[in-house]
Amino acid sequence: MLSQEALKLIDREVAKYPADQKQSAVMAALAIAQDEKGWLARETIEYVANYLEMPAIAAYEVASFYNMYDLDPVGKYKLTVCTNLPCALSGGVHAADYVKEKLGIDFNETTADGKFTLKEGECMGACGDAPVMLVNNKRMCSFMTPEQIDKLLAECK
Amino acid sequence: MALIATKNPLLTVGWEKGDAGWGIKEYEARGGYQALRKILAEKTPPENIIAELKASVLRGRGGAGFPTGLKWSFMPKVINGDRYVVCNSDEGEPGTFKDLDLLRYDPHSVIEGMAIAAYVMSANRGYNYIHGEIFEIYKRFEAALDEARAAGLIGQNILGSGFNFELFAHHGYGAYICGEETGLLESIEGKKGQPRFKPPFPATFGLYGKPTTINNTETFAAVPYILKMGGEKYLELGKPNNGGTKLFSISGHVNKPGNYEIPMGMPFAELLEMAGGMRGGRKIKAVIPGGSSAPVLPGDIMMQCTMDYDSIAKAGSMLGSGAIIVMDETVCMVKALERLSYFYFEESCGQCTPCREGTGWLYRVVHRIENGQGRQEDLDLLMSVTDNIMGRTICALGDAASLPVRSFVQHFKSEFEHHIQNKQCLVPHDVQRAGSSFYM
Repeated sequence: MLSQEALKLIDREVAKYPADQKQSAVMAALAIAQDEKGWLARETIEYVANYLEMPAIAAYEVASFYNMYDLDPVGKYKLTVCTNLPCALSGGVHAADYVKEKLGIDFNETTADGKFTLKEGECMGACGDAPVMLVNNKRMCSFMTPEQIDKLLAECK
Repeated sequence: MALIATKNPLLTVGWEKGDAGWGIKEYEARGGYQALRKILAEKTPPENIIAELKASVLRGRGGAGFPTGLKWSFMPKVINGDRYVVCNSDEGEPGTFKDLDLLRYDPHSVIEGMAIAAYVMSANRGYNYIHGEIFEIYKRFEAALDEARAAGLIGQNILGSGFNFELFAHHGYGAYICGEETGLLESIEGKKGQPRFKPPFPATFGLYGKPTTINNTETFAAVPYILKMGGEKYLELGKPNNGGTKLFSISGHVNKPGNYEIPMGMPFAELLEMAGGMRGGRKIKAVIPGGSSAPVLPGDIMMQCTMDYDSIAKAGSMLGSGAIIVMDETVCMVKALERLSYFYFEESCGQCTPCREGTGWLYRVVHRIENGQGRQEDLDLLMSVTDNIMGRTICALGDAASLPVRSFVQHFKSEFEHHIQNKQCLVPHDVQRAGSSFYM
């Protein structure tokens, strides 16, 4: 279900915790699974739970509690724009509006070609760099002016 | 984002080289790991270190401002078995972004501070819980850990002293509530980050039920510097009861948003000047001085404050995490509050009914006022809802959701009333639109 590489990464996470606390690695394991599969289907969550010898429902609770896990399919590029107050003061909401218009989608929607999904984010802890956007949970993009957004969208092939 | 300016660099000395200064060689070249080496070589009695921290009046930099030396003294002296030191880098309080830069430019100061804490409290294992959205910073901290491990500064029998301390990074995945220390512990245990009922406090029942001490990133980072310079000297950098220097994150309508390290007690007006003043030379309207959970203050009151726990508390707010959100006259205060209320509604973990239901009420009522459907009785209703949340929940998120509502309505009541009566903003939409500078 998951590749040997992914399982190796999960094993590395498991080793961070006491031997009887494998469940501590569930957040990292779900993130690794999501990186490989694109999103977390129920079977994927169950597989991770079995691998960590914990109840599937406990893993599902985690997957549904933290908002960077995707329980539905997303586009190849998931763009998360922070619109919280400090960002909004420096253009966070306007940047999101700009992306919506460019891609012709609203928050929580995916473009017809399956390339982009747009999400509204909460504080990413980078308010001084507003507007900020996160690409696929990994890459933080700062000072997203209209030109920068155009550049980013063009880079996403 | 780098450090924008500092008056008294201590924590930020290593930031000057930007991304070239974070490694262990650079850290050691500027005196890093000397405090830890000295302690281990001299086998300094832990109580001496705690006394030094108490003399420094270092207060928790995560928001609560609790004296660090006192917190460390709460760990039970004689208990066999595992004990933990945990760093709270789950920086998600809107307006706060200081720990991000600390971990980016000076991760080893956090590692050294945690190792010293572990020595003092006889902890054998530690975790740094890093905010989900800052993956690149998490990777950097892991790289710094590898360096420290390779240098024998963490791990087994550190520098031949017989002291063991294993340290790891735990990556969050997007939940504001995990900034609450017991929610964070639950999260490390691989569960939903729902805060625990206290007591028992983490010092007696923490991670995996073992004695645990949790501090903010900046607090740990300050420890090596304090031990090197001496507690009293550190205190003198700030003002009585507010020791040392502190990082302040300034966001919003200033010319130079970013992080600033200044001595505690500096006038806000001076800090605002360091931040380049107000964007476009516009008039200051309001400031949230300590992260979004702190009560908002009108600009003229804020201009009279100094940047320390006591002055901001006297003015009716909180220094919190040192996140200063500056708003100018282009801001509609109802709209600003609507966004904050949505945040707390979204992030309530849902275990306490007053918060789970109350934050929804707060958001929906502010939302309808903002959208021209407010009712005469709505302002009283908002107060009543906050009365029924505050003090009735397991953790402070309920209060954090209520304080903005109460302070926004208290200080800007006429704007809320205008909205209800005229079904529109007091600040024209084109003025609001210009405020963000996005379309310039």
